[in-house]
Amino acid sequence: MMRRSIERVRAFFAKRRLDRELEDELAAHLEFAIEENLERGMKFEEARRRALVSMGGLEQAKYKHREARGLMKIDILLYDLRYTFRTLGRDLGFTVAAVLILSLGIGANVAVFSVVNTLLLRPLPFPNAQELVWIAPPPTKCGLSCATYSTDAYDEFRTGSRSYQDVTGYFAFSNPDNMSLTRNGEIIPATSIDVIANFFQVLGVHPAMGRLLRPEDGLNGAPPVIVLSNPWWRRQFNSDPNIVGKTLDINHQQVTVIGVLPASFDFGAVFAPGTKVDALTPLNLYGPPRNWGNIITMIGRMKPGVMLPQARQEAAAVAPRKCWNNNQPQSCGSYKDGVVPVPLKDYVSGRLRRSLIVLWSAVGMILLIACVNLSNLLLARSTARSKEFAMRAALGASRMRIVGQLLTESMVLSAMGAAAGLGLAWMLIYWLAHQGSVALPLLDTLRIDGAALAWTVLIAVVAAVLFGLAPGLRTASGNLHESLKDSGSGSGQGRKHERLRSVLVVTEVALASVLLVSAGLLLRSFLHVLDVDLGFEPARAAAINAIYDDSAPTEDAGAAKLTAIFQQMIARVEAIPGVQAAGITDYLPLGGNRSWGLPLPKGIQAPKGLDGPLVYVITPGYLRAVGTRIRGRDFNWDDKLHSQSVVIINQSFAHFLAGLAKLPGGDALGQTLDSGGQPLTIVGIADDVHEENTESNTTWQIYYPATQTGPTSAQLVIRSSLPPAALANSVLTALRSLNPKQPASEFRPLTTYVDRANSPRRFFMLMVASFAGLGLLLAAIGIYGVISYTVTRQTQEIGIRMALGATMGRVQRQVLSITLRLAIIGIALGAAVSLAAAKLIASLLFATSPWDGVTYVAVALALLIVALVAGYLPARRASRINPMVALRAN
Amino acid sequence: MSPSKLDLLQGTLDLMVLKTLSAMGPMHGYGIARRIEQVSGNEVLLNQGTIYASLVRLEQRGWIGSNWGVSGNNRKAKFYAITTAGRRQFEEDTAYWRRLTGVMDRVLDSNDEPGILPEVNGETA
Repeated sequence: MMRRSIERVRAFFAKRRLDRELEDELAAHLEFAIEENLERGMKFEEARRRALVSMGGLEQAKYKHREARGLMKIDILLYDLRYTFRTLGRDLGFTVAAVLILSLGIGANVAVFSVVNTLLLRPLPFPNAQELVWIAPPPTKCGLSCATYSTDAYDEFRTGSRSYQDVTGYFAFSNPDNMSLTRNGEIIPATSIDVIANFFQVLGVHPAMGRLLRPEDGLNGAPPVIVLSNPWWRRQFNSDPNIVGKTLDINHQQVTVIGVLPASFDFGAVFAPGTKVDALTPLNLYGPPRNWGNIITMIGRMKPGVMLPQARQEAAAVAPRKCWNNNQPQSCGSYKDGVVPVPLKDYVSGRLRRSLIVLWSAVGMILLIACVNLSNLLLARSTARSKEFAMRAALGASRMRIVGQLLTESMVLSAMGAAAGLGLAWMLIYWLAHQGSVALPLLDTLRIDGAALAWTVLIAVVAAVLFGLAPGLRTASGNLHESLKDSGSGSGQGRKHERLRSVLVVTEVALASVLLVSAGLLLRSFLHVLDVDLGFEPARAAAINAIYDDSAPTEDAGAAKLTAIFQQMIARVEAIPGVQAAGITDYLPLGGNRSWGLPLPKGIQAPKGLDGPLVYVITPGYLRAVGTRIRGRDFNWDDKLHSQSVVIINQSFAHFLAGLAKLPGGDALGQTLDSGGQPLTIVGIADDVHEENTESNTTWQIYYPATQTGPTSAQLVIRSSLPPAALANSVLTALRSLNPKQPASEFRPLTTYVDRANSPRRFFMLMVASFAGLGLLLAAIGIYGVISYTVTRQTQEIGIRMALGATMGRVQRQVLSITLRLAIIGIALGAAVSLAAAKLIASLLFATSPWDGVTYVAVALALLIVALVAGYLPARRASRINPMVALRAN
Repeated sequence: MSPSKLDLLQGTLDLMVLKTLSAMGPMHGYGIARRIEQVSGNEVLLNQGTIYASLVRLEQRGWIGSNWGVSGNNRKAKFYAITTAGRRQFEEDTAYWRRLTGVMDRVLDSNDEPGILPEVNGETA
């Protein structure tokens, strides 16, 4: 059998030689036969005739021989392919339209598949990524401080758990531009994250160059070292191949470069989407961070074979043993129920699952619309070609053979569409991968990979069958006689086709309307999000990370020095023309955040399970600069270290306190809170500020004056009447006049924070909206195609009617009414499907009902208008029909 | 290749060709076709052309070989000869064919009375 197969393949490639031999052999055969017949005394003509008869047909003999000899199926396929290319080449307009439609449908699908694959399907880019877990409490109100652990708690968990190969973490409260690199006299801002020394071992990241961190790098007295991210090494150090071992001047300290990370690992892409992290530095667990409270996020790598429920059970058992600070026995047990491992992948991209599924469905619908459209085009063509196929059937082609030929055509179209679509997808993916400001994880690892290619092939084949089968069967099943007689303008076949085409168009309009409704709902949600009162005014405000040196021998001297520095800084900046207000905070809204515990009026017991307010350390003028309104008073420079301790709290916290302590008049303003024995007087009530995102409710907030409580950094916020970019230079000059070490940090408009917070929503909204637009366009093309085909088919009929006195207007109205009927049925169907599917999308909406009437009406109107325009062109053509010409034509 | 009704017919022609070649020595296509017609007493309605499909099949299986040569009346023709593997195959096929026809004969000649199946009492067989 094997031998025969090989022979067949060989024969397939030696076709020409074997055919020639067969010709010779058959010729010889014939001559032998004629000779024998002549010997029997026949005349030559008769001898030859008899010989041919007993041969049983030369062509048939050849066909049978070839069938037995080679790979007939492939021969047929090749023949069909050649024929397909010839016919498609002849009908270039059709081919281009079909390939274009398919490439849009397939391209969108491949691009979205790549996104879905990267975010949902593919494991995280770490070896054995399924072992990695993110260890955090269930979501709480107090932001990052409640999602992190103290160093003592980390140590206890790491040594007390058996489920993990190892547990690591990183410092969660780094501000952007927290590092100043001095190079060739220039001070360059950069962002680094402190990670626990075993961070890379746990994740399984290997260096591109040099080495990564070792345990000794994180100990007291270890020489300072730094690991560079791959992009920073390329950008800032020109890909210096000898960078390892060199020392850098970072924050005015000599720091040794020990290694460069591989391009495949981007800290920001996994743990802080939308931000760039330039370098990673070791976190010294046994230095000052010991007493900083909750600062570490935990990531664990489970032992092989350990299952998640097992790890969860153990974590729940270990959690109560953990202490916030081992020296404060009363802090032990505070993590009870607050240690839950979840798969790292769920933490990174779990929230996006629903959005991605909606996006995936949207492109699926686009592909369906494209297929429906193509079916329509093919039907129109098959009507025109029905005589060709009837002729072939008459000449002996089997039905299978004709369907095969049509499917070959579909496959070829689909393959061309897929190739073009792949190009489109590649461009889209390239663009997406370079959207650094979109806060979606892993975007920069987007690429067209093997899975995406396989997906392309799959959808191309499915599409070809989808759009090719109906017209193929329809054509092949046609009655031979009918087709040969049917002139294409009468009844019969033509009318049957038209019904099928109407069904297709209705489907198309319905699909498009589902897409448009989804896009409309998402758009309205997005607009509502933009309308949210953030509690501050991001427009015309910008922030810069200001560097200061408040080192002083005593706490008093430090506070005095800091006050002086900040006061001067703000005075100089406010003197710049165009600056309306300036102030300093250590955390910006929508930036980072932390909390310090829950201060309450004296004598009030803290209710169980409440999280503390988010803490901001600010200077006088900050709230005005950021645009947050206050009732009461702002801090002022007279709030000194030893004067009365003052705080400003936000409305929700004030409301809670008033209720809890039954404050007179229900007002917290002027009341005193007790913070570990220290009285804090509430001097102002500020508006609630959105601290983590623009959508969810705000939590409690408390502001401390920088003059009394040391800030962790200084984010200088400036409000001006000029665009921020115009001020950047003068602000930097002002800051440098005070501190020559101030790096050229980025001057970031506060709107960038808002934009980043909104970016996932904007991203999905724009994607779905573009797909809806595409769907609308395809539906319009579909409507146009069908109506204009109907008009062409009815040319004669219209001509007769006009000859009998129908006016142009009447003909137009009639054609338009057909269009409208199709559109309305489609819209109604689409609306019904949308209503049913609304639940799917409901969780993605913001302040918008999934049954939002405005959206539905707007979509219906938009579709009607598009349908009318698409139908008007053929209607106009119909009304211009010259009866004489039309009647003579056939 | 799955067996089908056609296969039996194909098989018979192939077997006839093998028999002819093994009995007569090397022959060309026309000769084989005529020989089969004559031996079968013209009872086989053979489209002579189909012999070539059979020949190419047998050759690809390695049961016959071919060479261009010159015939008795000085014509160029392709001559086929059976190979050792072909002889073995021929013997196997012949034995198989004999068995099959024997069985067929017995089955068709048997003249038992109808109703030889035993009664089944209310049970589903």
